[in-house]
Amino acid sequence: MLKYLLKRLFQMVPTLIGITLISFFIIHLAPGKPTDVLADFNPKITPEARERLEKYYGLDKPVIVQYGMWLRRIVKLDFGESFSSDRRPVMQKLWDRKQPLIDRRLFITFMLNVLSMVIILLISIPIGITSATHRNSLYDRITTTTVFIGFAMPSFWFALLLMMLFGIHLGWLPISGLKSMNYAVLSPAGQVWDRVSHLILPVFIASFGGLAGDSRYMRSSMLEVIRQDYITVARAKGLTEKVVIYRHALRNALLPLITLVGLSIPGLIGGSVIMESVFGIPGMGQLLFMSVMTRDYPMIMCVLTIGAVLTLVGNLLADLGYMLADPRIRNQ
Amino acid sequence: MGIPRNPLRKLMFRRLMKNKLSVAGGIIVAALFLVAVLAPVISPYNPNDIDRFHILEKPGIHHPLGTDDLGRDILSRMIWGARISLSVGFVAVGIATLIGILFGAIAGYYGGWPDMIITRFIDIMLSIPTFFLILAVIAFIGSGIFNIMAVIGFTSWMGVARLVRAEFLTLKERDYVLAARALGASDMQIIFRHIMINSMAPVLVSAVLGIAGAVLVESALSFLGIGVQPPTPSWGNILTLGKDNIEIAWWLSVFPGLAILITVLGYNLLGEGIRDAIDPRLWESERK
Amino acid sequence: MRKIIVFCLLLFLLATACKGRPKAVMTPLPGNGAEPPEYGDALVEGTIGEPSNLIPMLAGDAASHSVSGMIYNGLVKYDTDLSVIGDLAESWDISPDGLVIVFHLRKGVKWADGVEFTSDDVMFGFKTIIDEKTPTAYKEDFLQVKKAEAPDKYTFKVTYGKPFAPALTSWGSLVVLPKHLLEGKDITKSDMVRNPVGLGPYKLSRWTPGQELILDSYADYFEGRPYIDKYVYRVIPDSATMFLELQAGGIDMMGLTPVQYTKQTENEFYRTNFRKFRYPVFSYTHMAFNLKHPLFRDKRIRQAIAYAIDKSELVDVVLYGLGSPATGPYVPNTWPYNPDVKKYGYDLEKAKQLLKEAGWSDSDGDGILDKDGLPFTFTILTNMGNNLRKNTATIIQWRLAKIGIRVEIKALEWSTFVNEFIDKRRFEAVIIGWSIGLDPDQYDIWHSSKTKEKEFNFIGYNNPEVDALLEQGRRTFDLEKRKKAYFRIQEILADELPYIFLYVPDATPIVHARFRGIKPAPIGISYNQPKWYVPKRLQRHGMEQ
Repeated sequence: MLKYLLKRLFQMVPTLIGITLISFFIIHLAPGKPTDVLADFNPKITPEARERLEKYYGLDKPVIVQYGMWLRRIVKLDFGESFSSDRRPVMQKLWDRKQPLIDRRLFITFMLNVLSMVIILLISIPIGITSATHRNSLYDRITTTTVFIGFAMPSFWFALLLMMLFGIHLGWLPISGLKSMNYAVLSPAGQVWDRVSHLILPVFIASFGGLAGDSRYMRSSMLEVIRQDYITVARAKGLTEKVVIYRHALRNALLPLITLVGLSIPGLIGGSVIMESVFGIPGMGQLLFMSVMTRDYPMIMCVLTIGAVLTLVGNLLADLGYMLADPRIRNQ
Repeated sequence: MGIPRNPLRKLMFRRLMKNKLSVAGGIIVAALFLVAVLAPVISPYNPNDIDRFHILEKPGIHHPLGTDDLGRDILSRMIWGARISLSVGFVAVGIATLIGILFGAIAGYYGGWPDMIITRFIDIMLSIPTFFLILAVIAFIGSGIFNIMAVIGFTSWMGVARLVRAEFLTLKERDYVLAARALGASDMQIIFRHIMINSMAPVLVSAVLGIAGAVLVESALSFLGIGVQPPTPSWGNILTLGKDNIEIAWWLSVFPGLAILITVLGYNLLGEGIRDAIDPRLWESERK
Repeated sequence: MRKIIVFCLLLFLLATACKGRPKAVMTPLPGNGAEPPEYGDALVEGTIGEPSNLIPMLAGDAASHSVSGMIYNGLVKYDTDLSVIGDLAESWDISPDGLVIVFHLRKGVKWADGVEFTSDDVMFGFKTIIDEKTPTAYKEDFLQVKKAEAPDKYTFKVTYGKPFAPALTSWGSLVVLPKHLLEGKDITKSDMVRNPVGLGPYKLSRWTPGQELILDSYADYFEGRPYIDKYVYRVIPDSATMFLELQAGGIDMMGLTPVQYTKQTENEFYRTNFRKFRYPVFSYTHMAFNLKHPLFRDKRIRQAIAYAIDKSELVDVVLYGLGSPATGPYVPNTWPYNPDVKKYGYDLEKAKQLLKEAGWSDSDGDGILDKDGLPFTFTILTNMGNNLRKNTATIIQWRLAKIGIRVEIKALEWSTFVNEFIDKRRFEAVIIGWSIGLDPDQYDIWHSSKTKEKEFNFIGYNNPEVDALLEQGRRTFDLEKRKKAYFRIQEILADELPYIFLYVPDATPIVHARFRGIKPAPIGISYNQPKWYVPKRLQRHGMEQ
């Protein structure tokens, strides 16, 4: 087990290098130099200052050499300084140690995605199972249509509709942000509710959009397992349908879903750009969009790399989960 | 798969027709095609004609779906927008499918180091949050419709590549392929004439679902203000306009919103239907 | 306050709204009786962009200037009628030749950390801004200074080499920095970037990145403690979401878009709960031609395009009437504005005729003009994310199609737009806006010496007469002489049309009705913000902890 883990971690290194290499090249092949951006915010920047900067970022060298330099700094977890006029280290913008954990951008995005993912699984697994066992029934058709509507609904539009309904007409939920103005004077319980109430709409919308993938996958996976011989045998032995489905079939049907969950991480992270823009949530996606619009190269590279690391770690966890759940591998 | 194709197709078609949801999906998709093709004929106005005296007009006799903030007719823009949204979907998916088939076929057929490199490349691309990449590239190179098509295409081929590779791995050892090889058929002939045709079904499903995805990506880009350029109408940019006027001009968000919803739903139902109708082994191959 | 000439996103302009001219319009508000000022409550303002740097001279974005304007004061400021009055300087003397200004500073003003403000702080700020290591866009005015001295704690004296008309107004809030906290430090790396210590009406209490900046009132503010205890900037990047927050009570103040001002807030709810304001911003939106491009070398072409554009349509459709057509680089109803320049009414026939004279006709019958086998087509560039400019470009595109000119529109991310296209002169036409100062000096925009890469005369405009007039205008303090020079410049520009001046937009802020003491003036509403208050019975936020 430990050996496998080490091997997997080791394998992640070339993948990670590949990811950063591709991202780096795509971003740096676009016309323009990052120092131009600095000069844009400071039009009167002197030639010497620009030279200093170009040297600091090694921009006088070919892209591949620049990549090498970037990589060498990354090993020390130094992602460089932001090109925006605050010139903060980009890592600090993503993970500001001066702020409480719940106000750090990376954590906010991470938390939203984990919450959505948990909710997606909690809802889509039962839906998948029941629609498989009731295949082609009215129930199956309704759930199928519903989860696809969730997928098909442009999320920013749905978000605004719900904001109007729950935020304005009913007044039940806050509209945007992560906490209310009067947060500081609330009771501890009130503070918790305040935080939670701000998360309800974003998490609901992200989850609703993600139901289709997992529930459909669960459904087909379940359908396939039900057809297998050992299920027929179990039925023949006279076990109740409940036992057959939930004790024997479910476990095997769940296995492939674990892999799918790992694969769905980049999509969720990518979608956070939209969710965070609509709801004014200061997460990683919002930061990426702002840095793209100001061509803040170090910041963009940092977000892309962190996003990829999250994905890889997610995949690793999924594989470990797969191993733990699959008796064939576990017992090896 | 050595069985004659026609009866199989008939069977698949029958299974597809039995599924009411996918039939509905198919009808939606077909209707959209018709609208897109007939746009010049059925569109009541020039979609780009600005009219300062009829700004943000409610749906009525003259403008069945109302007008936008420049007084342009929404119905006409929706109809032409169908063309744009669908062509974004088709071209993007076309690019993705071509790349996917090429990589998948090479990896699956030749195996060895080409396979290793391609699989690694696929893994890498699957680990990048591609929407981030799309965003950066579009912002830097400009948001022309062709840029959008190309960028979506170049970042969404991995699923197809995996499918094709898996199909090739299983199919290349089949008797009829081995027979063809024994008869002296070249690699290219075997790839195209024998294996490719038989692995098209799952690719079709993935393409149909991919179009739906591309339509959504276009609307997301429009929301962020970097969708197709004016004056070109797309559902995404009409909807984004609707967002800014949501409380005074419901028609600007309701119609394009529903159009996107129904289209994406249609493609998904159709895709799922086809998936269900063809060999269930498809599930196997999708799973790595 | 400062003669800043920077490109500025209209959106941010609308949001900040700190400059204006006469005739501010106020919507009526019921129950605005005379209640005595009270301390307390908080004002929450929505902002699309988050500030990046709270040291004014280092910041390039409107959001940063808006916040740092609450934290720092300048030596001088504009009065409500646009005349210059003292701020941190109690008074000043200008030598008869206009070359020497002596500022007499206020005594007893304290930085928020208790240290007294003196002439050393001004000197320090001045040295910092002219230091070439300081990355600032606002150096130019201060490089005109030949000598700066601080003879005693409360006197600051500057000597100019040549008369420099914008001199006095340049001593706004850019150059006052706490020397005792910054001396010997790299200013770009300083803690003050995010934790400023100022001497203005408010001081930064907490900054949660991406969420909000909370400012507390400064009890020892030299003009008296502000009535409103807290000033909060809430960052909400989407304007539709921000508007919903306004409706739900999450924010008290924001800059409305034209459609929000004219349509979405015209109902009972907004009339009772909010007050809307409207006054012109010191900026204008224009379409600039690349004069080096063969298409636009001919004046007749530029005039033909001007005739084909209906400016009143742009104002009506894009701005919903909230602005006025522009005829030159100054805002109507200000002293440098010349109302009697050549105007280009919408006239298709004239446009067609001018094009014909210039040799363009539709010889192949495809609906697009051509000359020597080449079709008349060009691309308008603009920046992404500005809906007003996008609509402007769309309307112009549609109008020009009517005279046989094919226009493509391309919106680009801001820094690509500036660095790759504007700075490298790789454009045919652009639609952008200039944010202009109150001083009419526009040397950087029109002078033929300012055409190098990254300089502001990016269209390559070169007219010796204009060059001479620009020089005249900035080298005299005689208002009549200046006026004459700038009037003549406007006549020339109106005839030659290096830009087509499109419109001057209005700022349209909205503020919750519980705030009292707002006195709309030519420079807007924010100038007396420390004097705003909320009657006790209406106070909403009690955030004392």
